[in-house]
Amino acid sequence: MTPELQEIEVKPKQPWKPTQREINVNIAVFIFNTLLTLAVIQFTGFSGKLAFVVLFILISLTSNFLVAFFKGGTVLAKNTLATGFALTGISLLIMPVISILGTVFAKGTEAMYIGFFTDDMSQDSFASDLDVGGIKHAVLGSLIMVTIALLLSVPIGILTALYLTELKGRGSTLIRFLVQAMSGIPSIVAGLFIYSALITGTGRGFSAFMGALALTILMIPTVARTSEEVLKLIPSDLREAGLALGATQWRTVAMVVIPAAKSGLITAAILGVARIAGETAPLLFTTGGADALNLNPVDGNIGSVPFYVWKALIDGSPNAIARAWAGIFLLMIIVLCLFIAARKIGSPKKVRS
Amino acid sequence: MIDKSVREERPVMSEPQKIQPSSLADVAASKFEKQGNVSAAVGSGLDARNIYAWFGKYLAVSDMSIYFAAGTVTALIGPSGCGKSTFIRTLNRMHEFIPGAAMSGEVFLHGKDIYAAGTDVTKIRLKIGMVFQKPNPFPSMSIGENVLAGIKLAQLKVPNKNELMQECLERAGLWSEVKDRLNQPGGSLSGGQQQRLCIARSLAVNPDVLLMDEPCSALDPGSTLKIEETIGELAKTMAVIIVTHNMQQAARVSDYTAFLLSEGGPGQLIEFAPTREIFGRPKDIRTENYVTGRFG
Repeated sequence: MTPELQEIEVKPKQPWKPTQREINVNIAVFIFNTLLTLAVIQFTGFSGKLAFVVLFILISLTSNFLVAFFKGGTVLAKNTLATGFALTGISLLIMPVISILGTVFAKGTEAMYIGFFTDDMSQDSFASDLDVGGIKHAVLGSLIMVTIALLLSVPIGILTALYLTELKGRGSTLIRFLVQAMSGIPSIVAGLFIYSALITGTGRGFSAFMGALALTILMIPTVARTSEEVLKLIPSDLREAGLALGATQWRTVAMVVIPAAKSGLITAAILGVARIAGETAPLLFTTGGADALNLNPVDGNIGSVPFYVWKALIDGSPNAIARAWAGIFLLMIIVLCLFIAARKIGSPKKVRS
Repeated sequence: MIDKSVREERPVMSEPQKIQPSSLADVAASKFEKQGNVSAAVGSGLDARNIYAWFGKYLAVSDMSIYFAAGTVTALIGPSGCGKSTFIRTLNRMHEFIPGAAMSGEVFLHGKDIYAAGTDVTKIRLKIGMVFQKPNPFPSMSIGENVLAGIKLAQLKVPNKNELMQECLERAGLWSEVKDRLNQPGGSLSGGQQQRLCIARSLAVNPDVLLMDEPCSALDPGSTLKIEETIGELAKTMAVIIVTHNMQQAARVSDYTAFLLSEGGPGQLIEFAPTREIFGRPKDIRTENYVTGRFG
């Protein structure tokens, strides 16, 4: 390489990025908005965090609109306004989420200690000191019920989805409508249904299985609808290729369509579990709740994490409330892990290496 | 700047829309001479008689009768919407998967109508294989599994699976490229390789007829050439029916050519003749207009 060529050094540039001047204007507008908001709060009756956020959003929308109007006229102003509305939307969504997560984290750790995970509440009341008793019975109870509900609802849900997408059989439209309507059933109705149909007057008592049946009713629509969406994404080319090779429809579905949709179907199952993991109402009339560990899924009252939270909350004493927060914290961690797992498994695999 | 003299030397490659009729006829004729007498073919081929096909009330194909002899390649050409794909999908009973589809006519394979009552449609599709426009290897299977997918799907018994896999890949012209990575996913191959994998897959069940619906339309010229060579090899033992929009391809690979046209109504067979006649001295003026690029 000649020395001349070495001198010409090409630096990567991004000419589409805002210039320093534009950034300065934006910062100035931001500071102006903040100060104006603070001034309004200072000199008017408004006060508190919520008032600050709402005022700040309104003032930002207005000032950004005006800045854009003087810079680029109506067209740019409208564009800025639309962007502003979208940002407002996501802030209004994110604020409560962060607020909930923060509160649960702050209050949920108070009642946590090692024994919280290894002990049950059979020897202690919810008002007891926070260094006794635990949530083991509730976690295992939830686990048993969720497992049973999973085993029941995943086959039913996926078979329903297969009927709707592969067979496109009689009444598909009606069935799809009913499944959608079913996903709107209030969860307490599912519990009451199992209670009135299978428990009251039959001599059968509360059990984990009854709770799981109520949860299954809630879980089937989620699994069926998600599976249907997943199966619809499988290109019809693959089905035709299977059929053109002389396979029956059943073998094409079992060996081509379902393997191709596997990760999506696992996601559907996990989303279904996440849907029911926090349900309290359907368990009230079907499991009876319990403070002691019960590992028999077909007989006897059984605890669950949501029930633990509910019972602690109605106890009302400060220690019980702390226990409730800890239960909520644990439940949220479990559901969060499930969602992360669903995303990991459900994300499309890289075909090319 | 392209040198004009070079361009004129290779009109077929550089100007597909304005080819001289004689050049395609030359291609077709040279192909005929290389192939020799094609009538000494094995098997019985496929005999489609008076095929009509509907989508709901819409008649897409009207009264097509073509005999596809074993040991030959037949090209179906014609503008988009003339019913080529619909027609070949009636030949292996894939048409009936479209809701509201209907058909009329007979398709004879080994002397039996594949639409006769009581016919096992899965056995028909084993004997009449199909390669689709877009390469569609099964994403959940490896390259090797893809080749043997038909065996597994149709629950056939073969003495030596590995031997069959190698044979099919060799016939599809893919063996040397994939023999060291048979366990990799089918989707890891290039588009042209995927299409040859799909050809190998349809060969594994040993069909008597192979339908190809624009198998090269999504591929680059190099892959297209390889698939055309494969088609030439396959035609030694079976009847190959290929739908193509590429008239050079039809001239290069086919022994017979059928020209289909819809003219506003249903698609009809305008002319069916040996390929060199279709491109050399077509009887119908509409065929001549089409193959010389005056329309379509």
